[in-house]
Amino acid sequence: MKKIEAILRHFKLEDVKNALSEQGIAGMTVIEVRGFGRQKGHTETYRGTEYAVDFVPKVKLEVVIDDDRVQTVIDTIIKTAQTGQIGDGKIFVSDLSDTIRIRTGETGGEAV
Amino acid sequence: MSVPIRWLALALVFVGTAIQPGLTLAQETPDLVTVAAKAEEAALAGHNAWMLVCCALVLFMTAPGLAMFYGGLVRKKNVLGVMMQCLFLMGLMTVLWALYGYSLAFGGDGPYLGNGDYLFMEGVQQFWNAETNSPETPMAGVIPMLTHMLFQGMFFIITPALICGAFAERMKFSAMVVFSILWGTLVYCPLCHWVWGGGILAFGSDHAWSGGALDFAGGTVVHISSGVSALICALVMGRRKGFGSSDLRPHNLTYTTLGAAMLWVGWFGFNAGSELASDGLASSAFAATHFSAAAGLLGWSFYEWFKLGKPSVLGAASGAVAGLVCITPATGFVNPMPALAMGAAAGIVCAFACGTVKSKFGYDDSLDAFGVHGVGGTLGAVLTGIFATRACWDIAEGEKLGFLEGGSVLTGQLVAIGVTWIFSIVVTFVILKVLDIAIGLRVSESDEVLGLDLSEHGEEGYIFT
Repeated sequence: MKKIEAILRHFKLEDVKNALSEQGIAGMTVIEVRGFGRQKGHTETYRGTEYAVDFVPKVKLEVVIDDDRVQTVIDTIIKTAQTGQIGDGKIFVSDLSDTIRIRTGETGGEAV
Repeated sequence: MSVPIRWLALALVFVGTAIQPGLTLAQETPDLVTVAAKAEEAALAGHNAWMLVCCALVLFMTAPGLAMFYGGLVRKKNVLGVMMQCLFLMGLMTVLWALYGYSLAFGGDGPYLGNGDYLFMEGVQQFWNAETNSPETPMAGVIPMLTHMLFQGMFFIITPALICGAFAERMKFSAMVVFSILWGTLVYCPLCHWVWGGGILAFGSDHAWSGGALDFAGGTVVHISSGVSALICALVMGRRKGFGSSDLRPHNLTYTTLGAAMLWVGWFGFNAGSELASDGLASSAFAATHFSAAAGLLGWSFYEWFKLGKPSVLGAASGAVAGLVCITPATGFVNPMPALAMGAAAGIVCAFACGTVKSKFGYDDSLDAFGVHGVGGTLGAVLTGIFATRACWDIAEGEKLGFLEGGSVLTGQLVAIGVTWIFSIVVTFVILKVLDIAIGLRVSESDEVLGLDLSEHGEEGYIFT
């Protein structure tokens, strides 16, 4: 199984969630994050004191998925979240050693 | 059938009115002494109702006004620290004022200090008059002395609270407490006595230097003193850790904006209430106050719009406050149109002081106590000397006042400004140095990083689970 982490724009979250649900993805986790890549931040001025605010607010979506569905998920996310502007985000795919359902104790594919 | 009933009702009303006390045809005409007494009672009711509301308005300025205005400007981890300073001073300074503060500031009219009258509220509070066999209320002009004491007491609270803006986010709470006691006693009370208690800066007083100064609501006593002392605090205590490199952005400008609005409203009590009566001059002072705030807001906003391309909320709020600070000494001496000019000037000058001057010299006056109160107060005291008119308050019995109408009060203004600056600087410096040796002024570096809410008070401001 794989863990997919997708850094997204805030306003794209609902669209991505709906698109993934249509693909049968039943669960996911969302965290508020800040970061930057090629998208630069902005400056704020308070009574003449300037601050460079580099970190841009984003959301990180985490989905754990069987190996055979990884590409579908990636394609769905890209299709829904892309705007073509710098700052669309990134997707990271990593190997996951195990998943356990707390309520029942199921492990592996059953627990995903 | 209805006609007889209508006539019966009318007759009943007529009879009922006739037997009301005081309205029967058989009543005696009251004598002039009674009428005069009744008229005085009515006037007192008017003056005192207004002034008691003003007392409440000025207290409202310290908290929630200043507490929110300053609270929003600091980082989240220090929000309670700032609010605690404002709240605690409401308690601390009130007790000092009751015990000896009012006496020190207003006892007698000697040149330098109070003479011991009014200690522990003696001569202020109501007492039993053995001659008339009834309670008596000491009066101060047209209001009870209690009201005067309360009103002045609210000023005694807010002035040290203003200084907190300079050392926010790094002063030990214990040091702030002792500092406020010493500063209130050794700087505020003498200065208050000099300007308002018939001392060396009081306009028209026997002891006055260069004729004394016109300070209606506290340009010197409150704003210059606190603003300049704030600068000394900032210089002596040094900059915050991470100044110039860390993220020191205001954590909640919504508080600051609403706090500024509360200050604006409360300031009507501060300025118009300084007339100590409900009359035409109070209305004039109210108008001058409001106009100056409005022009100050526009001044700072347009300055930013022009210089930076965008007007900020913080600039608009600060501009209004700058206008209010500037007009404070002048509010009962200048007409509304000059007040507009003064406010606009303050908006621009203070914007420049907080933005350009502060960064050029590199001192960390965290919340711009000097930039707004020190600079704005000084500007206001000078402009009072320019725009003051006998048409508002004929304080010099017919003599012209301000420079523009051909008077000579400007000299007294400049002397008072100089005295206030020097006195505030010297005494504040000594207090700080002594305190630093005795108990230390600054929190430790690790406490400063942790935040004063936790280090000084063991609390967190926001717990959003």
